[in-house]
Amino acid sequence: MNRPASEVFAAHATQYIPRLRRYARALTGDASAADDLVQDTLERALVKHSLWREGTDLRAWLFTVMHNVFVNQIRSAAASRTVPMDDAIADLPHPQTTDRLEIRDLDTALQALPDEQRTVLLLVGLEQMTYDEAARVLEVPIGTVMSRLSRGRERLRRLMQGMPEAASLKVVK
Amino acid sequence: MSEIVVSESELQAYVDGRLSAARNIEVAQYLLQHDADAQRVTAYRRQNELLQAAYDPVLTQPVPAALQPGKPRRMPLQRYAIAAALMAVSGFAGWQLHAYVAAERAQSVYLVRVAAVAHALYSPEVRHPVEVGADQEEHLVRWLSKRLGTSLKIPHLVPQGYSLVGGRLLPGERGPGAQFMYQDMKGQRLTLYVRVSKEAGGQTAFRFAQENGVGVFYWLDGQIGYALSGESNRAELLRVADAVYRQLNP
Repeated sequence: MNRPASEVFAAHATQYIPRLRRYARALTGDASAADDLVQDTLERALVKHSLWREGTDLRAWLFTVMHNVFVNQIRSAAASRTVPMDDAIADLPHPQTTDRLEIRDLDTALQALPDEQRTVLLLVGLEQMTYDEAARVLEVPIGTVMSRLSRGRERLRRLMQGMPEAASLKVVK
Repeated sequence: MSEIVVSESELQAYVDGRLSAARNIEVAQYLLQHDADAQRVTAYRRQNELLQAAYDPVLTQPVPAALQPGKPRRMPLQRYAIAAALMAVSGFAGWQLHAYVAAERAQSVYLVRVAAVAHALYSPEVRHPVEVGADQEEHLVRWLSKRLGTSLKIPHLVPQGYSLVGGRLLPGERGPGAQFMYQDMKGQRLTLYVRVSKEAGGQTAFRFAQENGVGVFYWLDGQIGYALSGESNRAELLRVADAVYRQLNP
């Protein structure tokens, strides 16, 4: 019995919904914006599912679709999302660890990063993609991934430690 | 001793544990003598930890119904898949979808139980984890295919970080089963249990169950039931289960 391609696709794609939500939550800083992003991504992915080849990395493909949806949303809605910090934190499930303050700082500081740096930082640090996978998802050269990662991490560190932002950072070798 | 030169990209790769073992040691030595870089590395590693701590709980939240892809009037299997994902994330075990799903349940319950028990029994085994090792893979496939009465395929999970250890034949009250064992670099083991049922079976999406601390992703494909078991976290198991499924259904 052969399943129609769209069903096979949906069955596969469904497994990644939790991961897409996790990434979207960190990316947008807001639970409902995150679920909107996931929903738009899934809809787009279903429309375009014939472009995905079974046997290739569906996770990477879905993240690519999500990235494109996200970039388009930023472009069309130039209005910045300002989420009151307490609300944003309140909708995060409580982690078991006692790092709530640090997590709150992280969630806030992340949103202060440029989108291109936050994206790379999350794909690598949260989603644990290889640099190569991140480069393919973002459709940029791997060198760009490395320099954004380096700048994003340093900026996040300074934000979280209350240090002034460095005027210019080392160029990635 | 010559000065070790470490590029910024290598420092990042060190943070993420993506350097070769040899280079990893050199960078660690370099960091002993370079405080500023060592502090950065520590802070970046902490960032990774915090990211997981902050957002991983989202993985186990129930997925809102609004996130069902596509239109509800069609694609029953898709809804099953979503229900399966919902079950997987919410751990809601008593979920019943339709009458015919109930028929599959008996099969599934049995499958999960034997797979989890076999995993718990053999995966800690140091000297005799398998009957036939991966070095005799062809023999292993022929033998188990013959005993199960179906043509088996052994998935290769090296891209996912797991190499084949080997396999064994297992008795069961409802017929024999085959167990394939895999392990990663750290020695963490996963087992794939395969059995052929006499009853006609449907096809199911992935489902997740937990039995005595062993996580099991399982699915039925006609008369063949598959169950991937391990102690790793659910996301990791799912990632590997997905790879197994794709290789078996090219």
